[in-house]
Amino acid sequence: MLSIRNLKAAINGREILKGINLEVKEGEVHAIMGPNGSGKSTLASVLAGRDLFTVTGGEVLFEGKNLLDLSPEVRARAGIFLGFQYPVEIPGVSMTNFMRTAINEQRKYRGLPEMNATEFLKLMRDKKALMEIDSALASRSVNEGFSGGEKKKNEIFQMAMLEPRLAILDETDSGLDIDALKTVATGVNRLRRPDNAMIVITHYQRLLDYIVPDFVHVLSGGRIVKSGDKTLAYELEEKGYDWIKEENEE
Amino acid sequence: MEAVSEKITLDNQLTDWYFTNRDQLMSSSNSVFNSVRPAAMESFRKLGIPDSSFENYKSTNIPKVFLSPLHKYIEQRKILFAVEDLFHCDIPELDTELVLLVNGWFYENRPRLQVLPGGMIIGSMAEAAKEYPDLIKQHYSKYADYEKDGLVALNTAFAQDGTFIYVPKGAGGDRAVQIVNVLLSPEDLFVQHRNLVIVEDNATARVVVCDHSLSARHFLTNSVTEIYLGPNSHLDYVKLQNENDNSNQIATSFVHQERGSDAVFNTITLHGGLIRNNVYTRLNGEGASNQTLGLSLVDETQHIDSYTFVDHAAPNCNSHQNFKYILDDQATAAFTGRILVRQNAQKTIAYQANNNILMTSEARVNTKPQLEIYADDVKCSHGATVGQLDPNAIFYLQSRGISKREARLLLMYAFGHEILNKISVEPLRVRLSDLVDKRLRGELSRCNSCPLHCQETC
Repeated sequence: MLSIRNLKAAINGREILKGINLEVKEGEVHAIMGPNGSGKSTLASVLAGRDLFTVTGGEVLFEGKNLLDLSPEVRARAGIFLGFQYPVEIPGVSMTNFMRTAINEQRKYRGLPEMNATEFLKLMRDKKALMEIDSALASRSVNEGFSGGEKKKNEIFQMAMLEPRLAILDETDSGLDIDALKTVATGVNRLRRPDNAMIVITHYQRLLDYIVPDFVHVLSGGRIVKSGDKTLAYELEEKGYDWIKEENEE
Repeated sequence: MEAVSEKITLDNQLTDWYFTNRDQLMSSSNSVFNSVRPAAMESFRKLGIPDSSFENYKSTNIPKVFLSPLHKYIEQRKILFAVEDLFHCDIPELDTELVLLVNGWFYENRPRLQVLPGGMIIGSMAEAAKEYPDLIKQHYSKYADYEKDGLVALNTAFAQDGTFIYVPKGAGGDRAVQIVNVLLSPEDLFVQHRNLVIVEDNATARVVVCDHSLSARHFLTNSVTEIYLGPNSHLDYVKLQNENDNSNQIATSFVHQERGSDAVFNTITLHGGLIRNNVYTRLNGEGASNQTLGLSLVDETQHIDSYTFVDHAAPNCNSHQNFKYILDDQATAAFTGRILVRQNAQKTIAYQANNNILMTSEARVNTKPQLEIYADDVKCSHGATVGQLDPNAIFYLQSRGISKREARLLLMYAFGHEILNKISVEPLRVRLSDLVDKRLRGELSRCNSCPLHCQETC
């Protein structure tokens, strides 16, 4: 589904990603862990098409298409979803209007007719129930005045609405208490299907107790320095990131 | 120097125009207008058309719009058109009384003056001056100060007609009055109209004013509107400016509020060349409350300048001003908001904000708050921002599949939403929101008719 080959990216002339290689197949959940500043969030942003970063090398294929040639909105319509570490507040744009615009633009891209108001509201209702989201949330402006937990839940709700092929969740656990973490993780697990895939970016092993990955990769200094199964996360938790750095230096 | 001599020539031309036509003006008008005319003209001779030497007119070149050759008439010209062709569909679910002014003159699609069930009287200002001289005398030219502003003086010197709305004690309610100012002429034209709104004790008025040009000509309008709000009365006033971009407009409104009255005065500007809006508010009685709001969406070489003056002359009043501009291309704008809190106006709450979004590096805005406070127990605040659309928000919307263009539109629309939300009549709010959306999408300029009333003719 996704194939990242020797991806390099820079911001303001400073190289952050120094050659990333990663293969993601349908049905897989990949966890990317790593210390602060290792390039985790940069990788997520580059995949979603944020223009703050310049790709300086390598390629990314998504379902056979050259992802790096596509605008952020076309990537989204093709099935990429980014769960933001810091979801943006947009006063004056209601969640309903936002989601209806997004869904209809995505449907247009896929050659489907626009969803009518009744169908759309039913979809909203179903997904709210699935994600255990407070009904009032949807009538408010996008993320405006939401608590940290509400914002993260809202990201997963949007993911449920849009049903992406590949979801990239950037530190979805940051700033969440254990109850909020469980709700968000439960939501994510309900969206796991054999025909989609996820990349879960996290600093801590804790999230991976709830969203169990098939693979764990450790990002350090802009490269994937170690890959393994879920036990790698426990090992990291125990030994700390210094262990990786030391091992790498050797 | 050239500008100075141009202004002198211009002032002299307008003065000559007055003296040449004085007899005709006097003989065709009621004494209510005539009694003020000479003093207003005297004041105009002193002040003239305000140029940049007037502090309040620094950001807008008013003489320029008077210099282009425009036809001026002091008698009504026969302009006939089929009203129903233009306005045959109404705002759904909104019961309105439609009053038309064509080139500043009352248009007789309805009786010149009509007492509606419930007691409200609407119609022509000239007719009202004849029918109810005593009532008009109590208010006419009592709030519009022609000694400070040459444009108000000019309007007062030539005042002949306009719209008249009278809501007697305790009357009013749901029925809204829609005033459509139509500009329709085979030649470029200078238009002045003089309007009066009287809302007596405990009465309620909802007024929607739409400014439209129906000919692709250059128009210049210099209008003055006086509004009196009696004790505990309510006014909801929305003005929609949507003339062609070759037309210029100076609209000066005076809102006089007595004890416990409340007013919302909202100006939505979509199209028009150079637009100057003056809104003077006097909170004259204890506990009065006022919201003066504006939303302007301008592009190309449009220029919008809003001047507000809120005079807190009594204790326990509150005022809230909020002006939002979105400027694209080379559009320019200015905002000057003055708040005066007089010594006895204790417990005043006054708030003022001007927020701007510049879509290009060529768009420009000058914003200037002025607070003058003589009371010691007041809460006053003001703020201005100038910025671009938040790139993080644009990316967030794009990351959900929304195109960059649509994302920008959503954000611009959201920015204006705060002002539109203050329109209390829901069907009107929905319709105006839709118009704003169309304007943002650039779909409105093709429409030459009154979009509030009819979409089909567009």
